[in-house]
Amino acid sequence: MKALVAVKRVVDYEVKVRVKPDNSGIELNNVKMSMNPFCEIAVEEAVRLKEKNIISEIIVVSMGDKESQKQLQTALALGADRAILVESSDDLQPLTVAKLLKAIYDKEQPDLVIMGKQSIDGDNNQTGQMFAALAGLPQGTFASKVDVADGKVDVTREIDGGLQTVSLNLPALVTTDLRLNEPRYASLPNIMKAKRKPMETLAPADLGVSGKEHFKTLKVESPPVREAGIKVESVEELVDKLKNEAKVI
Amino acid sequence: MSILVIAEHDNQNLKPVTLNTVAAAAAIGGDIDVLVAGKGCQAVADAAKQIAGVKKVLLADNDAYEHQLAENISLIVAEVGKNYSHILAPATTNGKNFLPRVAAFLDVAQISDVIKVESESVFARPVYAGNAIATVESLDAIKVLTVRGTAFDPVAAEGGSAEIEALSSDQDAGISRFVGEEIAKSERPELTAARVIISGGRGMQNGENFAMLEKVADKLGAAMGASRAAVDAGFVPNDMQVGQTGKIVAPELYIAVGISGAIQHLAGMKDSKVIVAINKDEEAPIFQVADYGLVADLFDAIPKLEELL
Ligand SMILES: Cc1cc2nc3c(=O)[nH]c(=O)nc-3n(C[C@H](O)[C@H](O)[C@H](O)COP(=O)(O)OP(=O)(O)OC[C@H]3O[C@@H](n4cnc5c(N)ncnc54)[C@H](O)[C@@H]3O)c2cc1C
Ligand SMILES: Nc1ncnc2c1ncn2[C@@H]1O[C@H](COP(=O)(O)O)[C@@H](O)[C@H]1O
Repeated sequence: MKALVAVKRVVDYEVKVRVKPDNSGIELNNVKMSMNPFCEIAVEEAVRLKEKNIISEIIVVSMGDKESQKQLQTALALGADRAILVESSDDLQPLTVAKLLKAIYDKEQPDLVIMGKQSIDGDNNQTGQMFAALAGLPQGTFASKVDVADGKVDVTREIDGGLQTVSLNLPALVTTDLRLNEPRYASLPNIMKAKRKPMETLAPADLGVSGKEHFKTLKVESPPVREAGIKVESVEELVDKLKNEAKVI
Repeated sequence: MSILVIAEHDNQNLKPVTLNTVAAAAAIGGDIDVLVAGKGCQAVADAAKQIAGVKKVLLADNDAYEHQLAENISLIVAEVGKNYSHILAPATTNGKNFLPRVAAFLDVAQISDVIKVESESVFARPVYAGNAIATVESLDAIKVLTVRGTAFDPVAAEGGSAEIEALSSDQDAGISRFVGEEIAKSERPELTAARVIISGGRGMQNGENFAMLEKVADKLGAAMGASRAAVDAGFVPNDMQVGQTGKIVAPELYIAVGISGAIQHLAGMKDSKVIVAINKDEEAPIFQVADYGLVADLFDAIPKLEELL
């Protein structure tokens, strides 16, 4: 079985982002970039399935500028077999990413597609679901457990009320939640080995996808800042303030 | 303008977040219809028709919709929704699950997590864990939006008198099956609708210690929340996680206990009206957003708090 994993290059989760003074977007100069944490979990899950001999080949794909090669390299070092970069310097919108993925899916015919549930820059939580719809696949989103057997995948999903399990016919899409696994670190020898693994570069036009804009970002602003309050000295003072000043209890 | 709101429900009860979503629809302006898709969900439709401002309730009652499987629900929502200018669902795990499929079927974008309606086509939404607010203009003929409930005051649950129209649709994609569910049962208010929330973090040390917070919650009628670290460590179940990738809450009072205040946690609670932080580290970032900070060992402070309430 083949697995296709989509990874996105994003601002590292530890960076406190700043809005550009002209409100056109986020300051990205000299900011640390990393693989989206949910995508790391997606790569890890594919590697574990390969270690269990359920998956025989892992293809990792990213859509973005040339720099995304770094995140693909990381995925290769973690255990993916080959990489595809769909190179574009445009700001690709989720529906476009989903269409590009669908085109790659059609070419590669994987049995399982694994993606993150959410990219921590756009916080969209939609690309996987859109891709699945376009490809006519069932989806197990927000997965905290994945069991592949007998042409099906059972996915335990983190939902608002607790956990839900669904059984999906393969091929299927899975999006990862935080507790699916704990990603490993790439070892130095594997980082070296990854450099020799194949990486193909395509343009969106090669896949017949135009980057039609479905929305325009008019401005990006900082949220209202919360004024820091006061320190209270004791639990008594806290209760008094909550009762008599804030009047919330 | 004609707006379709997808009701959130469990086949018996209409979930209150539907009322916040209708409020977002009302801010757009135009006729508002509500779609109830489920199985044996007449009671939900009966509740939905009383929502203030709703014109029509569409009821799709069929086996295929019993468990809200995204593969099936997205088909009916796309089928019904293609005749509307806007399709709205709450930004719950359910709404997030099926609505992007609907957008893809209609070949339009989804604007996720809308917190403000500027006009019929311009919406504000948080990005980067709420560290920036993006204002986006939809260029699509049909606008597909998920709505952050805490950003819109609910419309009245009663006062409306919509008609109910039954649909005969039975869209079963036949590619997925519901296996089972473990739904946390609790007497407490739901996190996203609670007036008071008390949350524990890694500082709680283990699951048993959450009993201390429960006692405080009992006295305050509060819901219980947690940080990711507390959930990952297995202290409490996943449905308690508050944050960028968990639940977004905005109660009148949020009490953070043994939580450091990572940006991903703040993203889920910094719109609370009053924030209290109890942490033994006076440098903890949570104090930067707290109205009342108490630097103390929680194992001393929490029992005392309970006693004084
Ligand atoms: C992609 C991604 C998504 C994430 N999503 C979320 C999310 O949705 N929600 C979320 O919460 N986190 C999320 N996180 C994790 C986040 O970055 C932090 O790791 C997490 O919030 C830390 O939890 P914590 O504050 O409980 O633990 P810690 O940061 O370890 O803090 C524990 C605190 O307890 C205090 N403490 C310890 N003992 C005591 C005591 N006896 N008395 C008083 N205080 C004490 C300490 O001083 C410390 O400040 C996410 C991370 C990533 C990478
Ligand atoms: N440009 C991209 N390249 C590769 N994968 C992507 C890209 N954008 C989104 N994805 C995938 O879709 C998931 C969800 O992203 P989003 O819908 O933007 O929150 C991510 O975790 C990735 O797996």
